[in-house]
Amino acid sequence: MLKHLREGSRLTVRLAGELDHCCATTVRRELDGLIADPGVRTLILDFANLQFMDSSGIGVILGRYRQMRDRGGLVGVINMNRHIARIFHMSGMDRIIRELDNPQEAAQA
Amino acid sequence: MTQRNKMETTFLSLPENESFARVVIAAFAVQLSPTLGEIADVKTAVSEAVTNAIVHGYEGTQGMVTLRAAIEGHTLTIVVEDQGRGIRDIPRAMEPFFTSHPEQERSGMGFSVMQTFMDALHVESQPGHGTRVTMRKRIRAGNVA
Repeated sequence: MLKHLREGSRLTVRLAGELDHCCATTVRRELDGLIADPGVRTLILDFANLQFMDSSGIGVILGRYRQMRDRGGLVGVINMNRHIARIFHMSGMDRIIRELDNPQEAAQA
Repeated sequence: MTQRNKMETTFLSLPENESFARVVIAAFAVQLSPTLGEIADVKTAVSEAVTNAIVHGYEGTQGMVTLRAAIEGHTLTIVVEDQGRGIRDIPRAMEPFFTSHPEQERSGMGFSVMQTFMDALHVESQPGHGTRVTMRKRIRAGNVA
């Protein structure tokens, strides 16, 4: 199960290991379970413990973004390593998802 | 010193083998003394190509995926090959954000990632017979004297 922290309407989920096509189904299902509560208005994805991500991960994030957007919510990301940041930027995700520099900024999102 | 080396491995088109292929290519490429960034680039490109073979090449079926790599000097050449259904319209498949499976939340970025992270990408496909993706990257090898 993904480690997560709920603070009011804000949910922080810590992704870990590798996010590829193989792991995408499980991660998608667990994230959907966590954001099923409509009271979640802000979803923060913490990449600190994520070692690898390819374009399958982009698909997972994009799908959760759409759900949060449809309820008027927000998605933010923190602690991306350089490799993950590169994929994030080249796919244009930075145009729709806020990149937060630190937990303090995430706490105010 | 001019280096030359080759390897080939073949595995079943199971999603579990995506990480296997990444580990294999990283272990092979390490003799070129790549930076962590270069290793990440190569692993990601291979992950995309192998995922394509599993998701699209052998959609709903199973078959073998072959990963080949060669080192010549500082250049790493990687081939990912399947005997799956093939791609009818390669330019269209390579367009950013194009996906034949929008309902599966595929990002459509696979070929774009391969193109960005490698120096060269070549895709050959014969519908009904399979697809061969060839990628090349020059490893700077400035890290070890």
